[in-house]
Amino acid sequence: MSRDNVLVSAQWAEDNLDAPGVVFVEVDEDTSAYDGGHIPGAVKINWKTELQDPVRRDFVDRAGFEKLLSEKGIGNGDQVVLYGGNNNWFAAYAYWYFALYGHENVRLLDGGRKKWELDGRPLSADDVKREATNYVAQEPNPAIRAFRDEVVAAIDAKHLIDVRSPDEFSGKLLAPAHLPQESAQRPGHVPTALNVPWAKAANEDGTFRSDDELRELYAEAGLDESKATIAYCRIGERSSHTWFALHELLGLSDVKNYDGSWTEYGSLVGVPVALGSES
Amino acid sequence: MADGCAAPDQAASLAGVDLTTQVVLAGKVLAGDQPVGGAFVRLLNGDGDFAGEVVASADGDFRFYAAPGDWTVRALHRTGNGQASVHADGPGLHEVAVGVS
Repeated sequence: MSRDNVLVSAQWAEDNLDAPGVVFVEVDEDTSAYDGGHIPGAVKINWKTELQDPVRRDFVDRAGFEKLLSEKGIGNGDQVVLYGGNNNWFAAYAYWYFALYGHENVRLLDGGRKKWELDGRPLSADDVKREATNYVAQEPNPAIRAFRDEVVAAIDAKHLIDVRSPDEFSGKLLAPAHLPQESAQRPGHVPTALNVPWAKAANEDGTFRSDDELRELYAEAGLDESKATIAYCRIGERSSHTWFALHELLGLSDVKNYDGSWTEYGSLVGVPVALGSES
Repeated sequence: MADGCAAPDQAASLAGVDLTTQVVLAGKVLAGDQPVGGAFVRLLNGDGDFAGEVVASADGDFRFYAAPGDWTVRALHRTGNGQASVHADGPGLHEVAVGVS
C-alpha cells in the first residue's frame, strides 16, 4: 500500500481542481462551512442527513449509497477526493463507506479543510451542480466492518484500539471536549483495549504523520501488526481516521472499524467494562 | 447532540448550559486587541494530549466543555498561531484569551 494511492496533498488538489474525472467531495456533519466557502467545484455530502439511515441506527444501505452518489454526479470511474472539517473525521468515515461499497479510486485530502484554510488556498461559495450518473455499488465488504458481538469476542483475543482521548478512555469524560458532557452511556472502555488517540496519528495542521512515525506510535502502544485489529471511538468516525492510518497507510491486512463504538458498547447490558487509564 | 459530533455554535450564548455542573472554558482569539475569526482552536490537557478542537466564530469566540484541571488552548490561523493556559478548579465559566501572531 502506498500513501500515494490513498492520500493526496493540498498542492496536488489545487493543481487538479479542474482535472477531468476527479471529483472533490466535502463531507461534514454540519455543512454550514461548505455553504460559506468550499474547494472550488466540490460537491457536499451531509454525514447526518445523507449517509445515515433516517430510522434505524445504521448507515445507508447499498441502494441508498447508489442513489446518493448518482444524484451527486459521481461515477464509478471517477477519482473521488474526500475532505472535511474536524481533521477529516467525517471524510475518513465516508472514505470507509466508499471502501465498504467497493469504489476503486478514492483518496483523502491530507489535512482536509483545516490544512486547506491554513494554507490560504481558494474557497468558493458558488453552487456546484454535476450531471447525475447511474452509480453501481458493490455488496458491502464485511472484512472492514465489526459488529458488537465480534468486539465482545475480541477481548483478550484480537487487538482493540480505543482511539478516543485519554480522558474518555479512562471514564473522566463521556464525549470530546467540544461537546456538552451529557450522555446516558456508562463511561469507560472495552477491557484489553489499547488507547491510541486518533489525534496522535495527525499533525496539528490535520495532515497524517509519516509512515515511520505511525509505525512507531502503534508499536509503542503494543500493537502487533500481524494480529487482527478492531478500532472504535464514540460513534465510529474518529476510528475511521485510525482505520485509514492502519489499513490504508500502513497496509495492515486485517483491520475493522466498529462503527457502533462506545455509544453502543457502553449501553449494552452485561458486557465487561474497564475504567481508568489501564487497558 | 448526543449522537452528533459537530461543535455547538461557538458564538451562541451560554443560556441553557448548566454552569453548576459543566466546566466551560471559553474565550476569544485575538491579534493584538482585535478578534480573529475562523481560527482552529485546540484544547490540550495537562499532559499536552489533544482533547478537542473547534473553529472560532467570526468574532473569534470559542468554547470547550472540559473537566477540572490544567488546560492549554492553542489557536492556529493562516496569519499565525498562539496559545494560552487556563486552570479550571471546578464547574463554571473559565475565560481565556488566545493571541495569534
